[in-house]
Amino acid sequence: MSAQTEPQSPVLTAHRAGLIGCRSCGRVWPQDEAHCHRCGAELVPPDRRGLQAVWAWLIAGLIAYIPANVFPMMSTQTFAGLAGNSEATILGGVIELIHYGSWDIAVIVFVASIVVPVGKFIAIAWLAVVAGRPANVDQAHTRLKVYEVVEFIGRWSMIDVFVVAILSALVQLGFVASIKPGPAAVSFALSVAFTMLSAQSFDARLIWRGLPLRSRSSAGSATTGPNDE
Amino acid sequence: MSAEPSYDLATGRGLIACPSCDALHLREDMAPGETARCIRCGHVLAKPREGAFGQLIALAFTSMVLLIGAVFFPFLEVSTFGFGNASSLFDVALAFADGVLLPLVVAVLAMIIGLPIARSFLLVYTLVPLAQGRPPHRHAATAFRWSETLRPWSMAEIFVIGTAVALVKVAGLASVHLGPAFWAFCALIFVNLASRSFMCRTSIWDAIEQSGQSVDDRDPAGPPAEAQRPANLADPQAGA
Repeated sequence: MSAQTEPQSPVLTAHRAGLIGCRSCGRVWPQDEAHCHRCGAELVPPDRRGLQAVWAWLIAGLIAYIPANVFPMMSTQTFAGLAGNSEATILGGVIELIHYGSWDIAVIVFVASIVVPVGKFIAIAWLAVVAGRPANVDQAHTRLKVYEVVEFIGRWSMIDVFVVAILSALVQLGFVASIKPGPAAVSFALSVAFTMLSAQSFDARLIWRGLPLRSRSSAGSATTGPNDE
Repeated sequence: MSAEPSYDLATGRGLIACPSCDALHLREDMAPGETARCIRCGHVLAKPREGAFGQLIALAFTSMVLLIGAVFFPFLEVSTFGFGNASSLFDVALAFADGVLLPLVVAVLAMIIGLPIARSFLLVYTLVPLAQGRPPHRHAATAFRWSETLRPWSMAEIFVIGTAVALVKVAGLASVHLGPAFWAFCALIFVNLASRSFMCRTSIWDAIEQSGQSVDDRDPAGPPAEAQRPANLADPQAGA
């Protein structure tokens, strides 16, 4: 696979060669094929129109993230309510943990449920904005790195939902203490799922489409209707 | 036949497009242990391993056994002031069985038990005939594609870290006893890691394609196998 069909510095892509590559198995097909005949996946041209799905899932994720922060993640009842009922939102839970002095867990929860989701929203939005815009190779590598990090880290936000589930199942100690999940758990889970779908619908091939060489308009005009160059 | 070029820019035969950046590469047979990376973005295109199919099947079975064990054995147990509570994995999911949270029961069960088992099953279904050198089962390609699509949604390892966080939170409140299901999940992390490092999707796709076509008149192990691939393989009808 080290051999390359075109030894010059601009890399020949399937798209520019008038072909279409399967993103699921890598097999290459003529451009007018709609489905990969090896793995059955849909063949999608690297096209900025695919970004609509990214934006749609991203906005859905953002909307779901609002109730996830407003409503309580779980409510704790200690000594049958005599020692107090507390309802903790995500941020409230972090502050509570700091009060208890468990800094390490506070940091984990803070990173997993606030830093990572917000960072993910920003990173996906940035990628969707710059995708397909002119870039040099270094910038493309940076974008790819950002995309890989977002894709890798996205599912780890689900940790918060699992913690709530485990605590609620475990801490059912009758009189002493009991924990109940709150409505934020479901909207947080939805938010994580939507952002994962958003990251998955982003086509990493777009990162490389804006690399310097002006031939991309001629290669692109075959499939991508409107082309601004 | 050997005078034919090894690739065809009109039909895509003998070529591979990097799934991450679309750069075209020539398909070549590789020795086990070699790694092929995309020349532009560095994405690993293929990383075949000797006997990987057998190892993957074994790991998939291991993961099934661990998961089934995890379902039936107790997961965690807490006790304080004489009050005790044991929870299984179902109890964990059923913690959400209340009003608006109900859909989350299904989602959590799917993410920690359902999808990992389903993925192991799909992988075994795809790989067993291939490892034995027989033609793949019907819909093997679909099965393997689904197994890969579901990969990000099977979250057993995230669940283990979630358990660890929950345990630290509970530790001050009550004493916790870890059940066999917990250790099964810990073992599952390592099984998944091993499975991931043995997995070379390109080799599996090539194996499905090559053993699925009875038109082969070549030695599948022959070095320039791709060059001798009959042209009708790239024909839309042939592979459907």
